[in-house]
Amino acid sequence: MWLAIKLAYRNLIGAGLRTWLNVLVLSFSFVVIIWMKGIMVGWDYQAKTDMTNWQIGAGQYWHENYDPYDPFTFDESHIEIPELLKSEISNQNITPMLIAQGTIYPQGRMQSVVLKGIDPTQKVLYLPSEKLDTAITALPAFVGQLMASSMKLTVGDRVMLRWRDENGTFDAAEIEIVDIFSSNVPAVETGQVYIPLDKLQQMIGLENRATIFTFNENFKKENTPDGLVLKSKDELTKAVDDMIKTKNSGQSVFYFILILLVMLAIFDTQVLSIFRRQKEIGTYIALGYTRRQVVGLFTVEGGMHAILAAVVAAAYGIPFLAWQAKVGFTMPVDTSEFGMAIAQTLYPVYGVGLVLATTCIVLIVTTIVSYFPSRKIARMNPTEALRGKIQ
Amino acid sequence: MNESNNNAESKNTPLGGLGVKSPLGDLGVERNNNAETQTPPSGGGGVIITTSQLIKRFPMGKGEFTALKGIDLEFGIGEFAGLIGPSGSGKTTLLNILGSLDSPTEGEAIVLGQSVSKLSAKGAARLRKESLGFIFQSYNLLQVHTVFENVEFPLLLLNYTAAERKKMVMDALEWVGLTDKVKSKPPKLSGGECQRVAIARAMVKRPSLVLADEPTANLDAANSHNILKTMENLNRQLKTTFLFATHDEKVIGYLKRKIFLKDGYVDKDELVNN
Repeated sequence: MWLAIKLAYRNLIGAGLRTWLNVLVLSFSFVVIIWMKGIMVGWDYQAKTDMTNWQIGAGQYWHENYDPYDPFTFDESHIEIPELLKSEISNQNITPMLIAQGTIYPQGRMQSVVLKGIDPTQKVLYLPSEKLDTAITALPAFVGQLMASSMKLTVGDRVMLRWRDENGTFDAAEIEIVDIFSSNVPAVETGQVYIPLDKLQQMIGLENRATIFTFNENFKKENTPDGLVLKSKDELTKAVDDMIKTKNSGQSVFYFILILLVMLAIFDTQVLSIFRRQKEIGTYIALGYTRRQVVGLFTVEGGMHAILAAVVAAAYGIPFLAWQAKVGFTMPVDTSEFGMAIAQTLYPVYGVGLVLATTCIVLIVTTIVSYFPSRKIARMNPTEALRGKIQ
Repeated sequence: MNESNNNAESKNTPLGGLGVKSPLGDLGVERNNNAETQTPPSGGGGVIITTSQLIKRFPMGKGEFTALKGIDLEFGIGEFAGLIGPSGSGKTTLLNILGSLDSPTEGEAIVLGQSVSKLSAKGAARLRKESLGFIFQSYNLLQVHTVFENVEFPLLLLNYTAAERKKMVMDALEWVGLTDKVKSKPPKLSGGECQRVAIARAMVKRPSLVLADEPTANLDAANSHNILKTMENLNRQLKTTFLFATHDEKVIGYLKRKIFLKDGYVDKDELVNN
């Protein structure tokens, strides 16, 4: 085996440009696969981090009737803020939120919205709730960038808001947009208007009541208050996991194409080698190699392409991947309208497992692909091979 | 098969004519002669090759072509013999069988005490690796390897240490006068130089038998004589048996035994008196 490795190395280095072209193609595949996988991991990480920061915190308590996908449940999804949570709310470890339906009329148009009452002093979420703590004649409100874009709203705009109180009576007031935030999390932006919690409670007639309670890492979950359901972070980010999984399987096609490229490069080289190097094969046999050993030599040569490629990939790939991890990959199109938690700039995250798994896969695939054409050598007539006669 | 490899004398005399060093240096490496001891037709020791009623047929279209039609020959240790004949006379076929690269259809070829037709693929490879040297018309050098690496190759297969390999390769290159081309690759060498590398490669492991198939066919007259003198000196100093397949008059002039083949038969077998 050692001899085969030594000879394979000599043959590859001696073949010069032919070897290095293959090695470059292979190394490109290494780097691209690792980079793309890194982007997916980075996206997953970024999406979860953004969701944690902007939407779900370290977890939430939901009113047992609350279903974010069914606005008809909102009217019955509120509970008096439990005594159990009050101290943690004042410690800024939990923030309550009251959710209701409403309609706004920007520039004469009508748009159904979800009204979210949020405590202006809360520190659990990144939402700019402190902007609501202002002295203006209209009701202060802030919206996300997506909402502002679709409704053509800017800071300072006043818009009519209509809602129904607990008795079903319609009421209306003017809101003023005091801030527009950008979060990478469409779920906190699309169709949502944030107003002060106490104002919303008064507007609907649900004093001291809330729909959901978002807590941070400092909050110690002990007993779940009656009428609420604990939603863990894993549960709340499952949708993101599922989406990444779907994207990953979509990307498998791309990985397959890259691996196919690798396989083709090696397969072509091997087939060409076996045709072009008949005389050399015959010479190996004449000098005392068995045909099986020649098959082994050619297989090792193929596998060694992958090892050389890993070295070359490391040479230019490590600086490139490190640079990408630092500056990130900026999406060429505006991602805010993708409808999913994706940042404009994604920062790839690489793990040891990812690098090792990619290297192993390429190495194994290359060796297998090298072996199959090499088997032809075992059927060669050495006297014909010595004359360089194609068999 | 190579248990009795060490029955050759180890000498350290300079090669005559070329003024080059003896291939049997002071490494204590001895030549692989393990032939039975019988009186050879023209050599100085035992019998190294025996063929009896050797027949070789090849499929051709729907029929067969008989390349060898019952060859009976015997070669002794240290012979400098040649199979002479036109194309299609069967000389290369016979050489291939004796080199265990091919097997006979009928009859028997005993090389260094082993029946070629009974050898397994592994056994044949071992025979070639340990006891046989090959020189080809088109040199068959490994193109991407240096001269040193080409000559070193047979020693790698025999598991010599790096120090032994270096010494033996440099000795072999000294015999053929190519020590200044150690790092060159075959594409940078002339035809004569390539063939000298091939000779060094064939001789580096001190084989018992060297089979040379048209070794001068691609060389000019001056290079051919140079090569042949080298081989003649190696034969004289090492008692290595050389068997040529040729129809080149220049080669024929050097042979001590000429076996003329015609249509697969031995037409004439003559010894040359010095």
